[in-house]
Parts: sequence; C-alpha cells; structure tokens
Amino acid sequence: MPRYEMPEESRAKEAVYQMISDELMLDANPRLNLASFVTTWMEPECNQLILHSINKNFVDANEYPITTDLHNRCVNMIARLFNVPLGDSEDAVGVGTIGSSEAIMLAGLAFKRRWQDKMKAQNKPYDKPNIVTGSNVQVCWKKFAKYFEIELKEVKLGDGNYVMDPEQAVEMVDENTICVAAILGSTLNGEFEDVRLLNERLMKKNKKTGWGTEIHVDAASGGFIAPFLYPDLEWDFRLPLVKSINVSGHKYGLVYAGVGWVVWRSKDHLPQDFAFHINYLGADQLTFTLNFSKSSSQIIAQYYQLVRLGFQGYRSIMKKCQENAMALKEALERTGRFDIVSKDNGVPLVAFSLKDRRRHDEFEVSERLRRFGWIVPAYTMPPDAQHVTVLRAVVRCDFSRPLAEKLVDDVQAVLQELDALPSRCPSGGRNEQWERR
Amino acid sequence: MALSHAQSESDSQIPCTFASRYVRTALPRYQLPNHSIPKEAAFQIINDELMLDGNPRLNLASFVTTWMEPECDKLIMASINKNYVDMDEYPVTTELQNRCVNIIAHLFNAPLNESETAVGVVTVGSSEAIMLAGLAFKRRWQNKMKAKGKPFDKPNIVTGANVQVCWEKFARYFEVELKEVKLREGYYVMDPEKAVEMADENTICVAAILGSTLNGEFEDVKLLNDLLLKKNAETGWDTPIHVDAASGGFIAPFLYPELEWDFRLPLVKSINVSGHKYGLVYAGIGWVIWRSKDDLPEELVFHINYLGADQPTFTLNFSKGSSQVIAQYYQLIRLGFQGYKCIMENCRENAEVLKTELERTGRFNIVSKDRGVPLVAFSLKDRSRHDEFEVSDYLRRFGWIVPSYTMPPDAQHVTVLRVVIREDFCRTLAERLVLDIKKVLHELDSLPSKFLVIAAGGKAAEEEAGAGDGVIRLKKREVEIQREITDAWKKFVIAHKTKGVC
Repeated sequence: MPRYEMPEESRAKEAVYQMISDELMLDANPRLNLASFVTTWMEPECNQLILHSINKNFVDANEYPITTDLHNRCVNMIARLFNVPLGDSEDAVGVGTIGSSEAIMLAGLAFKRRWQDKMKAQNKPYDKPNIVTGSNVQVCWKKFAKYFEIELKEVKLGDGNYVMDPEQAVEMVDENTICVAAILGSTLNGEFEDVRLLNERLMKKNKKTGWGTEIHVDAASGGFIAPFLYPDLEWDFRLPLVKSINVSGHKYGLVYAGVGWVVWRSKDHLPQDFAFHINYLGADQLTFTLNFSKSSSQIIAQYYQLVRLGFQGYRSIMKKCQENAMALKEALERTGRFDIVSKDNGVPLVAFSLKDRRRHDEFEVSERLRRFGWIVPAYTMPPDAQHVTVLRAVVRCDFSRPLAEKLVDDVQAVLQELDALPSRCPSGGRNEQWERR
Repeated sequence: MALSHAQSESDSQIPCTFASRYVRTALPRYQLPNHSIPKEAAFQIINDELMLDGNPRLNLASFVTTWMEPECDKLIMASINKNYVDMDEYPVTTELQNRCVNIIAHLFNAPLNESETAVGVVTVGSSEAIMLAGLAFKRRWQNKMKAKGKPFDKPNIVTGANVQVCWEKFARYFEVELKEVKLREGYYVMDPEKAVEMADENTICVAAILGSTLNGEFEDVKLLNDLLLKKNAETGWDTPIHVDAASGGFIAPFLYPELEWDFRLPLVKSINVSGHKYGLVYAGIGWVIWRSKDDLPEELVFHINYLGADQPTFTLNFSKGSSQVIAQYYQLIRLGFQGYKCIMENCRENAEVLKTELERTGRFNIVSKDRGVPLVAFSLKDRSRHDEFEVSDYLRRFGWIVPSYTMPPDAQHVTVLRVVIREDFCRTLAERLVLDIKKVLHELDSLPSKFLVIAAGGKAAEEEAGAGDGVIRLKKREVEIQREITDAWKKFVIAHKTKGVC
C-alpha cells in the first residue's frame, strides 16, 4: 500500500475497502480499551441516525435548521442539568464543541477577555494573566495556557492526595488570576475536587481583596455522572462563583468521540465580541467556536441519548457502571496484591498499584495484559507524587460484569506469569513522568 | 450490559411507533425528560423531524463533500467508535494519518528527501489548521524579535478582505492584528502589490488564498512570493507566506500542475487544505503541512504520557473521531492521481456548462473566473426590479439552496449568487438548475418590483435594498400606490397558494 506518495492510478473500491479494513484489524478493539473514558458503543438505531447525517456540515445552520435546533435543545438541557439560574423557557448560553479541549479554550478565552477588560477599566497592567489549577489537570489546560499565553499556576499534589487542594489553590490566587479551574473527575483517579469548599474559600478571599476571582469547572467526565449519582453534591451553578462548565458529550454523555459542551452562567459571562456575525452562505450567522465546518452526527447522537434515556435512563446506567467498578475493585482487593488508589465516589474507574514493586512494576502488568487483548494503561502521578505508579481501568457503560470478572482472571494470570520470571528492574521500577517535554 | 437496563417497560410491546403514545407528545426542548423512551420511538421521531432539514446534496452553497461511496461509508461506521487521539491503542489509524500527511506534503511539493517524513497534522477542518499555522508563525516571530531585543507585543497578519472568517477568529482569539487589503470592483482577491506594501516588521506572515470563498479565484501566490522576496532583501525582515488552500489545495495539483503556488515557492512555509472540500471526504477533516521541522517551533509540540505512552501532539482538539482520517486515506488510495484529476475535470466541465447556460439567458453577468475552484458566481444584469436575494429565495421552493451575498469592502455594492460544483453535481442536475432559474426569472418578471413596494412604505426594507444602486423609485399618489400594492399581494398570494394536501 502506498505510504508517502499518491498512487498514480485508481484502484477498485472493493479492493481498497478490503485492504484498509484488513490493515485496521491490527488496531486494538475499542471496546477492550479500558484506558479511555470515551464512549465505544451506541445502539444500532443511533448508528443509523449517525450515518444518515454524516454528510451534513453542522455549520450550515441556515440550511439545516432542525439540526441546529437539536443542538440548542442539548445546550438548554445540559445547562439545566447543571442548575443554571434561568427561567423555564429562557435560552441558555452555551455551545457544542468537538470535545472538552475546545470547550475549555473557549471558556478560558472568555475569562481572559473579561479579566483584561476589568484591568483596563482599572488602568492596571493586563499582560500577565494566570490560571490556578491542580497539577493533575488534563493536558488541554496546559495547551490552553501555552497557546494563549497565560501562566499556569499549578497546585502540587501530595502523597495520598491526588487532586487540587482548595485551600492551597486560593492561596495562589492573585490579582492576575483570570480564574481557578476545578476538575470534577480527575483523569488520574476519577476523584471529584471539592468545588464547594473552593467556592467558599474564594468568596472569602474575594471579599477581602475585591478581585472578584471566579471559578470554571472542568466536568469533562463528572458532568454526566454527578447529577445522576450525587444530586446533592454542590459543584455546579448552584455555587455563585462558578461561571462556566464544560462536559464531554463523548465520555459519560454516552456519545462517540467528537462532541463536548460548554455552558456559561449567563450572557454576561461571554464577551460580546467573541460572537462573530458573519454573512455565511448568504445568511447572517453567529459563530464563536474554534472549529467551523464539522460533522452533525455527534450532535444528533447526543440529542438522541438525552431523549432516549432521560434522567432515569442515565441514572440507571451510571449506577450500573458504579456497581461494576465496585465489583472490579473488590475482586482486585481479594487478590491481595494491590492497593486501591481511586475513591469510591467519583468517576466509575479503578486505579490500583502493586503492593510490592520490588520485582516487577505496573508497566509490566500493563504490557502483559495486552496479550490477552486488554488495554489497561500504567502511568506515574504528576508532581509531587511521581513515585506513585498506577494501573487504571475505566468502567464505561459497555463494560459488563462478566467482562470485569474476565479481566480479574487475566490480571491474576499475568501476576502468576510475572512471579515466575526474574526481576526486570533491579532498582525497583521505571519512573516515567506523567508528562515530559 | 448496563445499557439494556435503560429500557422502559413497554419496549417489547409496541407494535409500531406511530401506534404508540410516544408520537403524541412533542420532544423536549429545554429540560432533560425524566423517563426513557423506546429506542425505536427515539429514532423515528428524531429522524422524522430531521426530514425538514435541507437536502445536503442540493446545498449548492457549500464546498463541503456530501457524498461518498458505500464502501467508504462502511469503513466510516466500522471506525466510528475509535477515538483518534488514542494513538498507542490504534497504531494503524495513526499510521494512516501519517501516510496522508506525507502524501499531501508530496502533492504540495514539500522539499523532502527520499525517506524524510513530512511535518504536518490532521485537524478537524481548515479553521484549526489555520490557527495552528498562525500560532507557529506567531511564536517564530516572537522568538526572532526577542533575539533582536525588539518589542514583540504587536504582531500582525496581512491578508485580503476576502478571507474566510476563521482568519478573523484567529486574529481575535490569538491577539494578532489583522491588516486587510481591501477589494475593489472587478478585483475580488488580495492584490499582492498592496499586500507587500502593508507588510511591516511586526508582520508574522502574509496569508494568500488559493480558492477565494467568494468567487473561487486563486490568488497570485507566485507574484506575492517574488515581491515579498524583493522586500525582504531590502528590509531583512524575512516575512514568510502561508497559503490557505482550503479549497484549492485538492484542485490545483490536478487541474493546474504548472501553477506555482505551493512549497516550490521559497517563502511558503505552511499550507492548509480541507480534506472535507475537494479532498472528497465528509465534514470534519483538514490538514496543515509545514515546509520543514524548522517551521514548527518544538516548544509548541506537547509530548504527553496519555494513557500510558508518549505522544507528540500539536492540535487544538484532542479526542475526536477517526472515521474521517480513514476515509481520507481511502480516497487517496482509491482514486489516485488520475482519479482525482478526472473528478476535478468533470467538475470544471460542469461548471463551464452551467456558466454557458446562464450566460445564454442574457440576464446574468458572470463574476467568477474560469480558472479556480469549479463554481459559478453570477449577478443580475438588471437589478432595478428584483435582486439576487429574491432569486435565491425563490430557488429554495424548487429545493435548491443557492446563496446570494454581497462582497466585502470595498465592493459591497456588488451582490452575487454562487453555485459550487461538487463531485456529486452532475450535468443533468446542472441543466435542471438552469431550467429552474429560468422559471424563477419568469415568475419574478411578472411581479411588481419589490423596490416599488418598499418605496410605498418601510424604511428598513429600503436599507436592505441598498441605497445608491440605481433603483428607480417612481412618485405616485397615495391611493394609486395602495391599490397597486393590494393587487400585487393578491396576485402573489394566489400564485403561491400551497399545492400540498393539508
């Protein structure tokens, strides 16, 4: 198959289909990819809707008004799920994105602009904006900071504490802080950060300083879990300092990769000049996303899920995921070989470390599990907990109990194999950074 | 599995969705409904509402691909659940992306050795591609100015006023000034001479478009390159060029191979192209290619330990579907150079046929050039009684979406209708379109001028009609005017009475 140059002649479509399909057999099976939070199964009816709309460019709002309306309905439903303070038929302020990366960049840009405007009005310098967040943040925050020239002030983790400490975060806030970003569902161990405590402490500081520092909640994973499993947990717009929230439709929103959502508390929190009015294909159109042309399929799929499942449906699914996660956790504990690093409350996943790392480490367990078809990643924690390595299995909606039991069987088989082998690393293990330049 | 427990009780008992209670209630708009509904009902109701969207194949407004072969659709659905960013888990998909990058880089004559790998990345579209390219230019320029001890707080980009909105977004979001070369009547692209004149020490790059959105024209990148080389030699500023080949990148190499617009020109450092336009893939894919690694600052590239393996990433988006990448590779291999060439030649020919037929009506001026993106942009010769917006409106009734719009400054008095010829727009459809346009003109001819009606009442409508465009407004007595309006609307209503069954 040609690799670097375009072939001169055409080839028969059946042949090309076969060749590509065959080569792709060597990719891992997405359903066994326990590394990812991103949805890997949807109902056939939804697949049908996806295929029907695969040739619709979402951005052509004037040409596809229904699709655009479905998008707006999703924004409204999700905003209300997050307790946005709006009347029953008032339109929420938000937008569909490709994923939480784009959502976070839009939210961050809004904070940056509002902060700049505030500093300009006060005749203060506005060239050194910063964001406060935990060092457990997902890489998109670091990208945002680097690409949009904002300093990232990271609250370091501690042993046994793998999320941002609200007290330390508030301490780090200064006049140049455009917002504090809290995570609902840390990538590392699924934990929910204490947004309520952060809000409380920040309100107190704001009173003293008069800076009016605000909060953004990165609920990429947690946004479609907390409302169903922990409705009393105050983490969203119920807290007055929370001005914007992002969630991945393609994680627990239960849609395939390619959809995220960002909602703002009100239109005051979205700078007016971010909204571009353009004469697009002959009609006035509003656009303020980073991406422009894109598929309509995932947006329609998201609406399908919201309407098909409803509140009870999502709750039912999240409960099952949590039950399966507990079952997996208990089975792993029963082997006597692992410490559980994840919490029970949070994103349904199990993060676990070897009790004894002297002869073999988590990376080896991960490698050997691949041979059974499982993808269970291993990684070291970010600073200052780099000496901790974990394996992490995410429980998605399509990870059933039988699969969980099979996984534990295979983990035990792997341990047995490793026990029989000489140690690979005399010093006790690799130390791969969570992130390196 | 967990999902099966989300069924509502009566799932298995419904004989037919339309017999069920689910079609008696409207779908929710503002609030997540409390209960689930059966999947058949969800599918049917949403599917049915979507019938009221325009037909993508008749959307002649868009450059974006609306048809692919069934074999490709199969590949797309088979990979719909693969998250592209999991590169370690899906190494073959990642490899296909790399092959596409290399194939496209070679198509653009990137100066690469035999076994050298190209520098480029897949994006969601040209917007993301342009932002990445712009970011690279901005960073390189900042580093250059810092090294010289000069201020680096006021970067700017020079481009034509015909640029697509993503350049304006880039400028606003990344805090770069946009210096636009204004258009003029008869010249609807960026003038290279003026562009070079506008370039100053703070210019991070000059962006040329290969395939202007408005009229499909290719800007003269070679002339721009030559003039800019000269200026650089005088000033020592080393201003580079970016080519926005969103549409043209998959046309020029096949139809105009001698046209020098790509990496053959030394100042061109990066190029973007939309895979979802003439790359012949559905919406959701673009490409950006850099001349060499030196043109992409390493400090912008993230190496992350994602899901347990090292991954270099330079994109704005992270998780996204894999389907479009696989579909792009399918097209490149399935069609090959000859296949793409045949398709572009067909498009060009169909555009030519459409243009000729429109000219033959005697009612239109053709605004687009023959050379460029296969499209036809045309204006009414006589705009005194009706304008292009009305033609566009009336065409909708036949199912066609043909947009009309005014040119950007300084040519705002010019309005055009534009038909884009995509791969799936055959000769038969072209002939039908002309037939329908003639019908529309015939209808409009029999109606009173919308401008007379406007003159009789309504300042707002008058503004919309555009002052100073040579519209004749007759003075009449009030009664006469009122009678005329009433008669006209009566005729209008009768003529447009619904033909459907209520």
